[in-house]
Amino acid sequence: MNVTLLTGRTLRQGQGKEYGKLSERYWKSVAICEVDPSDLEALGVKAGKPVKITTGTGSVVVRVVKSLRGPHPGRIFVPYGPWASVIIGSKTDGTGMPSFKGVQAVIEPATEESEVLKLQQLLQLHYGEK
Amino acid sequence: MARSDYLMTIISNVTCPVCGSLCDDLEIEVENNVVTKVRNACGVGESKFLGYSGHRPLKPLIRENGELVEASLSEAVKRSAKILAEARYPILYGWSNTSCEASRMGVELAEEVGGVIDNTSTVCHGPSVLSIQDVGFSTATLGQVRHRADLILYWGCNPWSAHPRHIERYTSFTEGRFRHSEWHKYIASLSAFRSGQRVERACRLTEEKSEAAVERKAEPERLTKLPPSLFEKERKMIVVDVRRTRSADIADCFMQVEPNKDFEVFQALRALLKEEELQVDQVGGVSVEVLEDLVDVLASCEFGVLFFGVGLTMSEGKLRNIDAGISLVRDLNQFTKFIIMPMRGHYNVTGANVVSTWQTGYPFAVDMAHGYPRYNPGETSVVDILSRGESDAALIVASDPVAHFPKEAVKNLVQKPLIVIDPEMNATSLMADVVFPCAIAGIEAEGTAYRMDRVPLPLKKVVKPPRTCLADEEIVRRILKEVRRIKKREGEVVANG
Repeated sequence: MNVTLLTGRTLRQGQGKEYGKLSERYWKSVAICEVDPSDLEALGVKAGKPVKITTGTGSVVVRVVKSLRGPHPGRIFVPYGPWASVIIGSKTDGTGMPSFKGVQAVIEPATEESEVLKLQQLLQLHYGEK
Repeated sequence: MARSDYLMTIISNVTCPVCGSLCDDLEIEVENNVVTKVRNACGVGESKFLGYSGHRPLKPLIRENGELVEASLSEAVKRSAKILAEARYPILYGWSNTSCEASRMGVELAEEVGGVIDNTSTVCHGPSVLSIQDVGFSTATLGQVRHRADLILYWGCNPWSAHPRHIERYTSFTEGRFRHSEWHKYIASLSAFRSGQRVERACRLTEEKSEAAVERKAEPERLTKLPPSLFEKERKMIVVDVRRTRSADIADCFMQVEPNKDFEVFQALRALLKEEELQVDQVGGVSVEVLEDLVDVLASCEFGVLFFGVGLTMSEGKLRNIDAGISLVRDLNQFTKFIIMPMRGHYNVTGANVVSTWQTGYPFAVDMAHGYPRYNPGETSVVDILSRGESDAALIVASDPVAHFPKEAVKNLVQKPLIVIDPEMNATSLMADVVFPCAIAGIEAEGTAYRMDRVPLPLKKVVKPPRTCLADEEIVRRILKEVRRIKKREGEVVANG
């Protein structure tokens, strides 16, 4: 399904990052994607299940949650964090600022074997061993 | 423990080192050098004061054979200084979650090593800074907003989540000298909203799942008319965003625009303000009739304020969106008093801009490679430098770019030597070569920070840091001293042939 990807802050993301970036709480607060209930229905995915988001930069698997602030069909929201960053392009149009919002993306149910990676696994997959 | 060793103190008027609102009315209860209670803070502030000691290393770490191992402070300083002294084009990035004093030291280090010093505004309100340099802007302090503003417009920002006490301390829910708090109105509308939700849920349970019903649900929200409360004398709040947020729930009016269409909406409002006729029915997903009414509301207020967030700087148009916003405010000043202010994210990102400006002449993305400051965002900004793979080392202070930079930039960042100064372990320190745990500015170290309206406030030290954790400023000072020692020795070797 073609959607517009928005990234941003949430209260939980703020609390999670202050609690500890390596904590389970942070992972739970940012490795997610808020989707409009009608889009969830169309995708045939239940809240809490993994979904794959793909942009021109790459793809990532995150847990889907039902957006409580709908209706906003066609717009998905991922909180700031390492999971959102791996699908954001680095072009800045000469301003220094990449486009973190309003990015064209495709969302689909994740395959059965894919899971939402933990921070260390995500870093290893995308950036390799130091 | 002897009874006489037990110490409990309550420290008041503590500045909260979390977001740009920089609330300075916190009360912190400390027992035996541990924060036990936090009063007046938001959820994020409370998490910071109560949870800071959870995931922190107490000794510096150095990467040996692929593993981060504990090292002494002097070893870590020597290793870092060597990396920076040998680098041809290092980047020194972060500075927004620490004190101005640490930023000042960072500028000195950048000059010494001939690197680029950039702060997090580069991926936050950098475009706003560029726009303000282009167009200028009329602004005020938050105190003026609190006492005088009767129209609050939040555009592309979600203060309820990102600056949780902004509304309560500075805008709609605060009791100003000339304006009353709208807290009671919020409570009434919240209970109405909740009842509405209950009714909706009940209707859903009984409703047939016909195709028409599914289609109706999928329709995006369209504002057809502005609520009557906007035309009243009291304090009013409008939220404009691409999706409904918690802030939108408490506003008098929420206007949903299509993603990447803010520029068009601003320009349409400007045209309508000049009594031009628009030849379309809607702009950016908002009907022209609503925009016409909105212009009336904007122009007829007594003191209006437009707070804008990164919803404008991070989407298509970037600095041009801010140009349009500032221009709208300028136009409105022909009719009434109107000001504009960016909602700065990190608590001292404004301070990082201010320090950088007074030290180098430029607020961010300052390149010292030529021995004098150069500023050309897009070229000298870290995301661009990293994406082009130009830097050969990095010092990150109080920031986590591995978590928040685009993938391409991070790839080049982690391939080169990386030094991190941060109180806690994060994604960047996991990929670093040297990690300095430091005292947390505003909790374990004193300093100065600038609020989003450029008012400087003192950061307090409420508990003592662990003995091995120095303040960021002190760690940077020691690295700088060591860099100078290395350079002097190299100079002597060259001079002696």
